[in-house]
Parts: sequence; structure tokens; C-alpha cells
Amino acid sequence: MTHPDTRAIHAPSGGFWRRLRALTVKEFRQLLRDRSNLAIGVILPILLILLFGYGLSLDIRHANVAIVLEDGSPTARDVVAGLGGSDYIEPTYVLAMSDAEGLMRARQVDAIVRIPVDFSYRLAQGNATVQLVLHGTDAATAASLRAYVSAAIAGWGQRQADRAGRMGPAAGVQIIDRMWFNATNSSTWYLVPGLIVLIMTLVGGFLTSMVIAREWERGTMESLFVTPVRTLEILLAKIIPYFCVGLLGLLLCVAAALGLFALPLNGSLWVLLVSSMLYLIVALSLGLFISAAARNQFLASQIAVIATFLPALMLSGFLFDLHNVPIGIQRVASILPATYFVELAKMSFLAGDNFPLILRNWSILGVEAVVLITAAWLRTRKSLDH
Amino acid sequence: MSVALADGLAIEAADLLKSFKEGKGKPAVAGISLGIPLGQLTALVGPDGAGKTTLLRMVAGLMKPDAGTLVVLGINVKRDPQAVQDRISYMPQRFGLYEDLSVQENLDLYADLHGVPANVRRDRFERMLTMTDMARFTHRPAGKLSGGMKQKLGLACTLVRAPDLLLLDEPTVGVDPLSRRELWRIVQQLVDEERLSVIVSTGYMDEAERCEHVIVMNDGKMLAQGTPEALREPADRCCFVAHPPSGVLARTLQARLIDDRVNIVDAVPVGGAVRFIRAAQADDADIAALLGNERSEAVPACLEDGVMTLLHAQSAAAASSIFATPSTSVATTPEDGERPVLIEVRDLVRRFGDFVAVASTSFKVQRGEIFGLLGPNGAGKTTTFRMLCGLLPATSGFLEVAGYNLRTARAEARGRVGYVSQKFALYGNLSAVENLTFFGGAYGLQGAGLRQRIEQVLDEFDLATHQHSPSGELPGGFKQRLAMAAALLHQPDILFLDEPTSGIDPLARRAFWRRITALSEAGTTVVITTHFMEEAEYCDRIVIQDAGRLLAIGTPDEVRAQVPDAADMNTAFIGIVEQARSQKPTTEKAVA
Repeated sequence: MTHPDTRAIHAPSGGFWRRLRALTVKEFRQLLRDRSNLAIGVILPILLILLFGYGLSLDIRHANVAIVLEDGSPTARDVVAGLGGSDYIEPTYVLAMSDAEGLMRARQVDAIVRIPVDFSYRLAQGNATVQLVLHGTDAATAASLRAYVSAAIAGWGQRQADRAGRMGPAAGVQIIDRMWFNATNSSTWYLVPGLIVLIMTLVGGFLTSMVIAREWERGTMESLFVTPVRTLEILLAKIIPYFCVGLLGLLLCVAAALGLFALPLNGSLWVLLVSSMLYLIVALSLGLFISAAARNQFLASQIAVIATFLPALMLSGFLFDLHNVPIGIQRVASILPATYFVELAKMSFLAGDNFPLILRNWSILGVEAVVLITAAWLRTRKSLDH
Repeated sequence: MSVALADGLAIEAADLLKSFKEGKGKPAVAGISLGIPLGQLTALVGPDGAGKTTLLRMVAGLMKPDAGTLVVLGINVKRDPQAVQDRISYMPQRFGLYEDLSVQENLDLYADLHGVPANVRRDRFERMLTMTDMARFTHRPAGKLSGGMKQKLGLACTLVRAPDLLLLDEPTVGVDPLSRRELWRIVQQLVDEERLSVIVSTGYMDEAERCEHVIVMNDGKMLAQGTPEALREPADRCCFVAHPPSGVLARTLQARLIDDRVNIVDAVPVGGAVRFIRAAQADDADIAALLGNERSEAVPACLEDGVMTLLHAQSAAAASSIFATPSTSVATTPEDGERPVLIEVRDLVRRFGDFVAVASTSFKVQRGEIFGLLGPNGAGKTTTFRMLCGLLPATSGFLEVAGYNLRTARAEARGRVGYVSQKFALYGNLSAVENLTFFGGAYGLQGAGLRQRIEQVLDEFDLATHQHSPSGELPGGFKQRLAMAAALLHQPDILFLDEPTSGIDPLARRAFWRRITALSEAGTTVVITTHFMEEAEYCDRIVIQDAGRLLAIGTPDEVRAQVPDAADMNTAFIGIVEQARSQKPTTEKAVA
């Protein structure tokens, strides 16, 4: 009566790999059939790379500066000629200070450089002044501009002194600036490594946050539970496909960083890849945990943005240097996995391998991965009780 | 398995208790003790909220009982749910198919998870696909199947291997009679061939009647259990059929009978007559007074009669409140003689791409009629319905509702109709009164007029007790009454109801229909779709649709007469649809 051939297969402990494979295949199919997943996994990284790489820059390029040349002497002309010779400044020559002020109010210029009538005369006396007026609403731009203009004029003074063959007033205490690890002081160089972090966070935390919630919402979880499936198998099957999508995003970013933006890779590639994978696993586990806790796609995605994406953007040291933030925020940042990965990524590209740092950050990320995956596992009990 | 066979019990429960924290108050399952033998088909019946689903979920190890013991297949579920889950198959009320995977991929997934070896799998799949008649659709995404087909695929996925115990939670909710019959044929076949142990919860008494053992639950407790024959016993010699005199509608007599909650347990219109159960203690004189000079004859009891009698005895007090006689204030007077036509449909067609959802349909509905739209899943009922309500434009044809042509005056027509959708479509976090205020405002009511209408409907639909609690947390019956109240606020001429009784237990359905007949008496025209064929008996006229075509139209008597020997509407419906399909073996219609 009974069918021994079909009933004999109650091998509850075996079959881990078989079930994992079946679930993973299913996840891959769902992933590939849902275009929105691919959009987030592939198209969004490309957009972000282009946007952050070309669009967002903290450098000053072609800043408009009004130049009021009240002193028409060749010396005065020579001073300002140095300003126009760079990419940074786009000079506009006006005749009177009032014109320049008008331009400033209309925000057609960001700064005014005024060479007063008595410039040549006072230069001969040794106490010449140049007036610099800055548009202060954008503090960062203003500060950079001041630095450029001062440097340009100081440079002129120096050259002038050299030519005259006599010691200038500040010859003994010259300050020579040089930026380490970002020789051109280009913000692209430090934005792009951070971008990798952002994209890993997006794929790991945001995409994954929805996948378990979706199973709850569509009622598939209840059907899955009453099979020999184990919770760990469900979780692993969710991690694997999104890990692959994350790797794809990573490779796109690295390719763009090296090819498009000509970043140096001063560290070794394998360190960068291992760091990224480790971080990806942390982000995936966090996403799964959120998903398992929320059981609702909309809620899960909201939490994911607030708990993973925004902190990775604001607090990881990606945009703002963590040394300058209040101690409380530093504490928060020191919990964020993104902080450690930002450090690793910037190190790999710009500074070169530093093994004590690598080992420290890897172990922190490793511990976080284990903690989060355990939390997700505990939260996804095979039970409908809350 | 050997352990389970030794004591011969699939399930053994003692003092099982389960309550939900959110629910505060009554436990969902309140002390159930039972033993269900192996190799048997057992039905779990009872009103909504009786605790059927909770009991099944505990058996499946998905919920932990708060107290009591539960042994499934010889295993303590509380201690080792996984061991039970390795051996049972469970089909939840809403089976979670992966909608973006194809039929075959869904089957493969569940076969892999259950570890069905390749050689067994081939035969099993072939058998499942043949039984469910889905061999043609293996490559179709599950999301593109009709409701009935999804249910069948769910069952097939549940049965990719032969389990030691099969749990089915209301597998036929929202499924048309044809698909329902097929689902049962599959289950029956497996029970016969493999001596499968099956526990099925169901709202259909005719399904429970096919089982060897029936458990009646109410309010988290077991009311009775036994064979269907044994459970009929309380209603024995209490069932009668009364024939109304000509010119009197069966539902008018039915309404008169069912309003007497003391002497009458239950009354339903059947085949132009009224079938009723008199209470055991009823006085002969009272019954005679109720019936007047209409003749009645005794009929044998069926399971539904027995269960209704049990529930009636159990909840006489509670039932009286459900059945509070509706005093409808909808202010239109019924006319005599020829009634004006309120809805006219001529050559109505609706296409979606190449797919013809509704093909050249014509009918008229008169004022005060109850007009039923019947058909299998995907027949075009909902599409027709949406066009009538002005929610969907017709591809071609003439459509006039309440004197307004829907092509030119859709907004005006909408002002004269009320619509209750299948899903609860009110704001769950607003209270009943807030919802009513909002919908009243949306229909242009305001100030004193609106307040007065709200008072009226709260009273009419018996909502006053819960008027300030969030409507999302109301019990199912309350929600439905609230939805109807909102649709009737602006005193529409026509009320559209889309499958209002799907998934509602018999008691609540009686109360619902009592309200509908009262509305109709007061002159409101009612257009309704339903899966319960016996509910067609309440209608003045019905149409049967299949694959977009109109197959039959007329009074329930006329439609029944189209099929020889059709005793009830269910048989007539299946007969008409099958006949039409055999004449025109048209395109496969898997798409809803």
C-alpha cells in the first residue's frame, strides 16, 4: 500500500548541499527575473561611479574671480597675471571696486582681488598689500580659494625676490606644502575608494534587506518552513547570489577607479578584494538581519537606508574626516563596519599595504560578520510565533 | 513511522492551549484534546476564528502551544518540530508559490527540498501534472496562472513526495466549483491509492461530508467529532422543505423563517423552495404560524444541518446579535408591476491585447433585483464588474447604469452606485466613524446630513459597539459590514459586491444574505459575484460566464432547468460550463 520508494527518504540530517543548491538556484532565478534587482546591482553602481567620479568634486575648478586693477603699472599687471595661469581661477578684469562688488552680489564671482592704487609705490617701500574679498556663504570654496590666491601671490613675491637677487622678507621661513597620498590633492582620488564602500553597502544591505521580508509577505516562508529545510540553508542561499552581484559591482568600481580615474593602486589587489568580500559579507548579514526582523519589504528598505546606507555615506570617513567630528559621533563610527572598510579601501589605493592595519580591520569585520549572521539566524526561527 | 503506526494515531493532543498576545482576551485554541487515527481523511470545520488554522499550524510545528501536549506521528512537536516537518506536507491557506518561477521550477524546488530522488521524481511529476491537468503549462510563470490553477499547483508542490501526514488549510477558498471538484479528486485519489492521512480544514460542508471523520470547532474549542453520519444526528427529523405559494419569492419566505431565531435554526432557499431546520424544542403551533398555509415536507438531514444545529445551540445569544433584523432605511420604495431597467448592457466587449476577457455580453437589470454573476476563476466576472462600476472602460458595446451612459457620464453614474471590493478597502488605522466620515465626504455628503447618515448606518449595520476602534483590527464580519455601510452612505441606487462571502463561514453568510434581501426589499438593486453556487438561490436572476462568454441567463429555476437532473445549482453550473467547453474546445484559459 505504502510506497516505500517515496517514503523512505526521510534523511533529515543529510541533504544540506542538495537543499542549499536548490534554494540558491531559486534565488538566482528570482534575482535574474526581477529587473529592479539588476538595476540596483549593476546600473546604480555605474551611475554612482560616473556621478561621484565626474559630477561630485570637492576641488575648485575655474572659480570666477574679479580682479580690480587700480594700479596700472607693469608690476601690478605681473602680479595678477600669475592668477590667470592656472585651472583653478577664471579671472574677470573690472575697472572699479564698485563693479566688482556688483558681480559679487550677483554671485557671478566668488572672490575679488584688488590691487590698490598705491601698490607699486608701497611695494617699493616693502609693505605692499593686496585685498582679497571672499564670498563666505560657501565656506569650503572660500577657504580653498584663499589658499590658492595667497599661494599664487606669495609665489609671485618669491620669484620677484629671486629675480632681484636679494633676500625677500620671508625667505628664511618658506612653507612648502605637499600632500601625501593624494599627490594632486584630487578629491576623486579619495571619493572613488569610498564609492566602492557605498556600492557594497547598497547591494549588501539594501537589496538583501528585502529578500526575506518578501518571502514573509508573499507567504512563501510558511510553505518553506514545513519542509526539511534548515534556517541556515535559507540564509546561505540568500547570501550567495547577492554576494555575486556585489562582486560584480566591486569589479566595476575597481575597473572604473583604475581605468577611468587613473587612481594608483599602491597596495596589492588581493588585499583590496579580500577586504571588499569581507565587508560584503558583513553588509549582507546586516541586510538579512533587518529583513528577518522587519518581515515587511517597505519597512525593511526604510530601515536599511537609515541603518546602512546613510551612515556609510556620512559617518564612515567617506566624505568627512572622522578626526574632526565630536567624540560621540566617533564612537558611532567606530561601530560601523563601513568605517573600517573605508580605511582599508583608501589604504589599498592610495597608501599601500600596511599589515598591522589590515589585520586589525579584517578581524573587526570578521567578528561583525559572525555576530550579524548569528543575529539573522536567531531572528529567522522556523516559527510563525512572534 | 513505525512509532506512529504502533499506536495508530497521526495526532494526539491533550489540553492544547494557544493565545496571541496582540489578541488580548480569548485564546485562539482553548484546551483541545483529540486523537486522529492514521490513514484517514479528517475534516476540521467551524466558523471563522474557531481556531482551525492555529491548530493546524501547531501540528505543523510552526507555532508552539502555550500549554498541553501535542504528539504528531509519534513525535513531540514542541520538542522537535523539524522531525515532524521532515515527514509531513502542509499547504497553508495561501500557498506560497514563487510567482516569478515557472510551474516546473516550483515543482523542482520543492522536490529538491524534500529530497525526492530523480527516478521517483519523474513518475511523481508526471502523475501530479496529469492529475492537475497542468502538463501544458509547465513553462508558465506561476504568477500568470488563474486562482484555481495556483491552488492546484500549490497542492502539487505539497505532494511532490508522499508524506506521512498531509495538512490542508482551507485549500478551496476562493476556488470555483470546477476547480474545487478537481482538487478533491486529486486528494481522494491519493487517499485511496496511498492510504494517505489527511487533515483538511474547510468552510464547505459538502467537502467535510466526504471525510471519514469530522471535527467541529467553535471559539477555540472542540464542539463535537465523529463520522458525518453521527454529526447529522442532532438535526435528524428537524429538516423540512417548504414551498412558497406562487408569486412569493423563496427568499421572502426564507427571510421570514430565519428571523425567528428561537424556533428556526437555519433556513436557506433551495431550488425555488426553502429548506429549514426547526429547533428541537420549537412549538408546532409557532412553526405552523410562521409557515402560514404553505405546505412543508420532512427531508433527511445532512452534515451542514447537524453543524448548524450544534452552532445554534452553542451560541444562541451571540447569533441573535449577528442576525439582528436589519431595518433598512435606504429611502426608495419598491414598486409593483414592471420595474424600470437600471442597468443595460449591450454587446459589451473587453480585450486586453489579444486576450478577450469579456466577449459580446448583453443583459438588463431591473430596479430592486438581486442579480448574480457566476463563473469559474478567470471567466470574466471581475472584468464585467469593473466595467459596470465605471472602473474600467469597455473596448466596445453599450453600457448604461442608473440612466447614465458610462461612455459619456462616468462620474455621474458612479455617484449612483456603491461598490464593495473583494479585499477590505477601508483605512485600517482609521476608526469606523472616521472611515465613514471620509467616504461620506468623498461622495459629497457633509454637515448634519452626513452625521445623520453615519448614525443611521452604524445602527443599521450594528457597528455602534466598535465605532471608535481602528477598523483594521475589527473581526472579519465587522469589517465586511463596515465596508457595506461605507458603500451605502450616499444611498446609491445600485450596490455592487465582488465576492463578498468568499472565505466567510456559513453563519456569517446567512446574516450577510439577510441584509442583502432586506436591501433589495427596500428597493436597492444589488449586483453580486459569488463562488458559492447555493447563494445563487437568493438572486432574482443570474448569469453564468466562462472564458468571457455568457453561457446562461435567467432566474435560478430557469438556469437549473437547462441541465437535466440538476438537483442543485452546483450541478447545474458544472453541467453548463462543461457542456459549453466541450462544444467549443477553445484556447487554454489559464490566465485570469
